[in-house]
Amino acid sequence: MKLPPFDYACPTTLPEAIELLASHDDAKAIAGGQSLVPMLAFRLAQPSLLVDLRKLADLRGIRISDAGVTLGAMVRWRDIEDDERLETAHPLLKAAISHVAHYQIRNRGTVGGSIAHADPAAEMPGIAMTCDAEIAVVGKSGAHVIQAADFFQGALTTALTTDEIIVEIRLPAWPAGRRWGFQEFARRRGDFAMAAAAVFYDQDERGKARNAHVGVIGVGDRPLRLTAVEDLLNGESIDEATIAKADAATSAAVEPQDDIHASAAYRRSLVGTMVERALTSAAAA
Amino acid sequence: MSVQFEVNGKNVEVEVEPRLTLADCLRHHLRLTGTHVGCEHGVCGACTVIVDGAAVRSCLMLAVQAEGAEIVTVEGLSNDDDLTPLQKSFRKHHALQCGFCTPGMITTAHVLLSEEPDCDAARVREVLSGNLCRCTGYISIVEAVLDARSAYGHKDDAGDRARERR
Amino acid sequence: MRTVNSLIGSAIERLEDLRFLRGRGQYVDDLARKDMLHAAFLRSSVAHGRIRSIDVSGARALPGVRGVLTAKDIGNRVPRVPMRLQPLPDFEPFGQPVIAETKVRYVGEVLAFVLADSAGIAEDALELIEVDIEALPAVADRHASAQNTSLLFEDKGTNLAIKFHAVLGDAAAAFKDAPYVRRESFRTQRHMALPMEPRGLLAEWDAVQGRLTVSGGAKVLFFNRRILAKEMGLPESAIEIVENDVGGGFGARGEFYPEDFLIPFAARHTGRPVKWTEDRRENLMCLNHAREAECDVEIACTREGTILGLRGHAYVDVGAYMRTNGAVGARNIAQFMSGPYRIANIDIDVALQLTNKTPVGTYRGPGRFETDFFRERFLDMVAQDLGLDRVEFRRRNLVSRQEMPYSIATITPFESKDAFDSGDYQITLDRCLDEIGWAEKSKLAGRLIDGRYHGLAIGCFIEGGAAGPKETARMVLEPDGLYSVYVGSSAIGQGLETAFAQIAADALEVPMNGIRGVFHGTTSFVSDGYGAYHSRSVVMGGSAMLEAATNLRDAIRAQAAGRLGCAPAEIEIVEGTKAVGPGGKSIPLKGLSTDGISAEGAFLNKKHTYTYGAHAAHVAVDPKLGHVELIDYVIVEDCGRIINPLTVHGQAIGSAVQGLGGAMMEHLVYDQQGQLLTGSLADYLIPTASDFPNIRAIVLENSPSPINPLGAKGAGEGGIIAAGGIMANAVANALSTFDVQPRELPLTPTRIWEMVQAAKQRAAE
Repeated sequence: MKLPPFDYACPTTLPEAIELLASHDDAKAIAGGQSLVPMLAFRLAQPSLLVDLRKLADLRGIRISDAGVTLGAMVRWRDIEDDERLETAHPLLKAAISHVAHYQIRNRGTVGGSIAHADPAAEMPGIAMTCDAEIAVVGKSGAHVIQAADFFQGALTTALTTDEIIVEIRLPAWPAGRRWGFQEFARRRGDFAMAAAAVFYDQDERGKARNAHVGVIGVGDRPLRLTAVEDLLNGESIDEATIAKADAATSAAVEPQDDIHASAAYRRSLVGTMVERALTSAAAA
Repeated sequence: MSVQFEVNGKNVEVEVEPRLTLADCLRHHLRLTGTHVGCEHGVCGACTVIVDGAAVRSCLMLAVQAEGAEIVTVEGLSNDDDLTPLQKSFRKHHALQCGFCTPGMITTAHVLLSEEPDCDAARVREVLSGNLCRCTGYISIVEAVLDARSAYGHKDDAGDRARERR
Repeated sequence: MRTVNSLIGSAIERLEDLRFLRGRGQYVDDLARKDMLHAAFLRSSVAHGRIRSIDVSGARALPGVRGVLTAKDIGNRVPRVPMRLQPLPDFEPFGQPVIAETKVRYVGEVLAFVLADSAGIAEDALELIEVDIEALPAVADRHASAQNTSLLFEDKGTNLAIKFHAVLGDAAAAFKDAPYVRRESFRTQRHMALPMEPRGLLAEWDAVQGRLTVSGGAKVLFFNRRILAKEMGLPESAIEIVENDVGGGFGARGEFYPEDFLIPFAARHTGRPVKWTEDRRENLMCLNHAREAECDVEIACTREGTILGLRGHAYVDVGAYMRTNGAVGARNIAQFMSGPYRIANIDIDVALQLTNKTPVGTYRGPGRFETDFFRERFLDMVAQDLGLDRVEFRRRNLVSRQEMPYSIATITPFESKDAFDSGDYQITLDRCLDEIGWAEKSKLAGRLIDGRYHGLAIGCFIEGGAAGPKETARMVLEPDGLYSVYVGSSAIGQGLETAFAQIAADALEVPMNGIRGVFHGTTSFVSDGYGAYHSRSVVMGGSAMLEAATNLRDAIRAQAAGRLGCAPAEIEIVEGTKAVGPGGKSIPLKGLSTDGISAEGAFLNKKHTYTYGAHAAHVAVDPKLGHVELIDYVIVEDCGRIINPLTVHGQAIGSAVQGLGGAMMEHLVYDQQGQLLTGSLADYLIPTASDFPNIRAIVLENSPSPINPLGAKGAGEGGIIAAGGIMANAVANALSTFDVQPRELPLTPTRIWEMVQAAKQRAAE
């Protein structure tokens, strides 16, 4: 499975990179390569030019401020693992990332790469959806921000145009005392999720949930926010009865497909269980 | 394209097509055939090498991306005279049979032990779950890695003694 | 033969490790030759069709391409891949042409191949070959096959390759008046050996000498050389097949595949060395598949639990062609369904149905994994029905020590009678019960603890070994006093070099370092060899070595007698290093002959050995996830004689993990058009280090085999054989509140969840 032939460029500035992408038909950006290179190996993609982003140093930082957590697009899974600040600054992100792939892949795979690749069962797009992330991109026509809800358009399909590069992913601030949970079930550790759920909610003075966010992956062609389930949780105590309702509502809200790893019926049930267990762990913390 | 990097302490310069993977460059251009290719799509881990201190799947890296990097392969973790403590532990625990996955296991374990000499069995299994083996069933590999921890600075503790009693 | 301070039985660290640990193994893809060409194969993406045309002109024009070959370029007659085992005339019409001629019959079949300056260019060229195939309806499974509406071989008129029949006693009579009869159907899924190293070949043709050298051989090099010689019109002596280091075989690597002709042919055709390295995508669709089988069987018993008979039908999906050993698994399903149990009346037939899928071959414990799953599931179901204890039910039916040799069902055609050589099956069962803590753990059976149901299972198995007819070894006393050993056995990762050095050292009465090395597999090493399969290496190769050692020591005595002026019978060889004559006159063996002294030995065998034992498992099942955690798994096996406890233990664990992969997750999935959907390692799932960390193996040597001088039975396949039945029974036991009865593998999360849902549905109705 030798790679097909392509030209290669390694620009040192963002404008250079964008110019390369814009001026070549079928040019593709390569970040960590952990998703792109296998596609090349199977000849599912045959770009004429690879534009390597590795020299764009500004994209590697993790910034934490009152505004939230900003991940440079070239931040690796490894960098998130190693950054202790994130235990409190964004524990949900940390928990989700601990499920991504394997040791060697985590040393190369990037946040931006995962978002741009948009696998329906990938954790980072799931977190981006669940947390109302903003995806900052730069292209020929300049810089702009795309809301996560508008960014993921289908399996391996995003709102990016061919000349655009993701520069940052911005997650809103994470208040102390927020309740959260993350549950994933895959065939084997490190495999793509058959289904996973990321949930969080805050509490009002009476201890009732508000601002509930329920996101799931693996059960559609893109990561999903389940607003029907969120509506059910808001204003309620997150107790066994509510959680059971959320489980059922989750299963009712999705339309998964059969594939060789899991049946649609099983996935439908599984994602409900993932939400149920995520809420249970959120409520227990 | 011309690429320069360091392999096992030596500077090298190679002339390669952009599409050549680091794995193929090491194996066929530099004749360092210890790194093995088992899948070419980033799942099996047989191709694991160490790039700037991190364990990396060399089949998912282009040789041209190695410009300026410091690379260590299984050959760089070996010497002619004796087996290293990690290699000795693998041999003692019969942690290899056909030997094909072994270089990837050795490089991965070396990085893990260098960074986390106090890792426990669960952590070793978690890290090695990115390296497929079809012969051993993994248990002896995990034992070998745990037994090699002392060579990387781990101090024996109650957990170790409990494990040995079993 | 030294019997004190013996190396046989010692946990000697492996000699092979020294090079493997340093990355100095030499696997076929590590080889390179000047002016080498790289080959890439164009493989059919259509499962069944008539080839209208193949236009290679675009590929030929690509810079760096040196040749593109199709069937037209091979010659008058395209050779067929022959049958090696059970070569019945019935199979001949279904032999595979080494390259597709008029039809394609499975996705992956070779249509053409490219020779180029690099592997990358060769693959680029594949995309420029234009193929026009008239698609025909794909025969997707054994049901479609049996309908014979779409035929793979039109002039045969049938998709049934053959039916084997296993018979013992009088099943009709036994069933007629049986107090209890139950009928069930079971299925196992298509999966495969998946060694970590894909295949590879490097062929070199010396036009001056008319000699062909092929590297990348494994398993059965002498047989393959014979075939290649015939197909290339060369004498066998003109061909050398070299065994390098091999990254796992498990039965699948080393058989004669189409590429084993095409690559050497290309080397002779171009006059340049030709190298081919299989990639993983090809490996998944081209290496022999295995294990796809179903059965519809009945068991007859007394109410107290004595098994009276077993009868029924089995069906094996053998894929598109009958290749070298494609019949073995099917034959074993019928012959070994009774396992280690005394079942006096058997009537089982097995139909080999051709389909438009990759051809099948042997994979570790061929047919035995499948049939063990069928039988052990059946036994647990029957025990439940009759209210019998699952252990006692098995115990009362196990063949006893006193009944050995115990004759099992005879197979027709290819009249195959067999008998268990020796064994005390109660001992391994008892040991296994003890090790898993059966009495204590039984209390957990079926209980829900922390959201998971706990389950337990135990089962017994036999593994057959030591296939004959022969193996050859040659031993040489070198001028420097060290001994070299050459064997026809093949190394596939099992530690042959070390185990054989132990046997040789004991036979020659020297320490391990008195053996220079064990050289294996390559055809120039011995006059005749048979290779590594059916767990035969220690029994056959080991015994041949004993014979060679005896012959060598005779030759040494003769030589020494000449020097000392006495009769050979008066010479004693002491510690393998000196020859002592009458009156204590002694000469060192070092330098005894300036050319070295060499002797061959052979071991002939027509009987099989039977390693046997028991497995047990403790699982916890999460019914919502369908996830099974393996809390404990115990293997107890008796392999007759342990040569190296370290390596035989490693075989047991490795084999078990493969079996667990087959039980729980591995599946080659095809769609109705014959497309292989599991085309990468992200889809074909094998166990990782996280999946089954709790396995224990105990290897015993209670019952040496009487049929070879070592007393060995062979080892390596037992671990895999029992895994399917054990895991299915453990899951059924765990989910007994739901009355879940697995009848099919693999036990994926979806399957387990669906069984629970179905059971809940039944309970509600």
